[in-house]
Amino acid sequence: MTEFSFWDILRNLLLAARWTVVLSLVSFIGGGIVGAALLFLRIGGRRGMQFLSRGYIQLFQGTPLLMQLFLAFFGLGLFGIDVPAWLAACVALILWTAAFLAEIWRGCVESIAKGQWEASASLGMGYLQQMRYVILPQALKVAVPPTVGFSVQVVKGTALTSIIGFVELSKAGSIVTNATFQPFTVYGLVALIYFALCWPLSKSSQLLERKLNVAHRNH
Amino acid sequence: MTYQFDFSWLIGSLPVLLKGIRITAQLILIGAVFGVALGIACAWVRALGPKWLKPVVATYVELIRNTPFLIQLFFIFFGLPSLGIRMSELTAANLAMIVNLGAYSCEIIRAGIQATPRGQFEAGASLAMTPFQAFWHVVLVPALQRIWPALSSQIVIVMLGSAVVSQIAAEDLTFAANFIQSRNFRAFETYIVSTLIYLALAILLRQLLAGLGGMLFPRKASR
Repeated sequence: MTEFSFWDILRNLLLAARWTVVLSLVSFIGGGIVGAALLFLRIGGRRGMQFLSRGYIQLFQGTPLLMQLFLAFFGLGLFGIDVPAWLAACVALILWTAAFLAEIWRGCVESIAKGQWEASASLGMGYLQQMRYVILPQALKVAVPPTVGFSVQVVKGTALTSIIGFVELSKAGSIVTNATFQPFTVYGLVALIYFALCWPLSKSSQLLERKLNVAHRNH
Repeated sequence: MTYQFDFSWLIGSLPVLLKGIRITAQLILIGAVFGVALGIACAWVRALGPKWLKPVVATYVELIRNTPFLIQLFFIFFGLPSLGIRMSELTAANLAMIVNLGAYSCEIIRAGIQATPRGQFEAGASLAMTPFQAFWHVVLVPALQRIWPALSSQIVIVMLGSAVVSQIAAEDLTFAANFIQSRNFRAFETYIVSTLIYLALAILLRQLLAGLGGMLFPRKASR
């Protein structure tokens, strides 16, 4: 039997953590794109589209991410595709992230005073022009801290993909535990690596909130 | 797509599903009660507690909020036995949920407490309330009332997150779904059904918490 030193454990975990980072980035960027599309439908689309996107958001916020991963894993297979774990993980995480980001951004857009919509409409702007030139530039400022804050949830969400067999930090933790029989050390290290990934994001979200609030302090 | 959906297994699997629902409900009931209690205790420490305890609580909150629930669960169930602390799957699942919700609800309740003007606390003291009485009646109850919606959604999030306790073989709803699909080979249908049950549970829990909020804080209507 091979012996594992502390550094062997740490090195293997850090190598696997790369996949946690990659998956987080893919889900966050993909989720941001899908979420933006949802946002446009949710606040400005036809009645039926608004209804659909609201249903989508409620469905994804009201069910466990784990179930969404299972459904992506087994559901995509129904189309006759041989689904690798990374594909199911990306699909489920992107759809899940999109629902939350759309809802966060909707709150930000709705925080913009109604008069801004009316003023831009009176200048003859269409819906897309209003969004592009008037609403989004203002909403963006409000949206940055909660969006950065949510990225922490995305990083933590990637841990669940270990359950459908995607080898990232959590799965590597289980594998290394099975090889070394040192669950306390290994899971402790895994937790610390997640902490090292998430804590800077949490902190910067808090700092951004404080910094961007300065402009609004007079009311 | 030529796939034929088949839900004929549903009747036979009903007892297993119901048991899973019962365990999930039991987990979230115990988790919510003790988790919020822990959150209140931690919020008290951060607002008024002894100075040496504050960094301890702050570290606990930051550690829990920045690591995945799954790893917390594995650490408690697989890691702690090497320190001689052993427990059953359900106890470990419950403990993980309490510890997790405790950290999140501490932050939420603290936000509510910070919104209470300091003068109110002093006014309570001038009415000869002990610091604890003033904290309870003047600070905590209005704070809880203020943050009840946020706390409710956090409890729902923890309920949905509890799906992963199936990974340490706690026999919750997800465990039931895994068990059923290993018997009927109808993975997609099984997970559709269990997902819909989770959705129904989430809606029900939200309604229950809204009702509970109305019962606990009846003064809100008259304000």
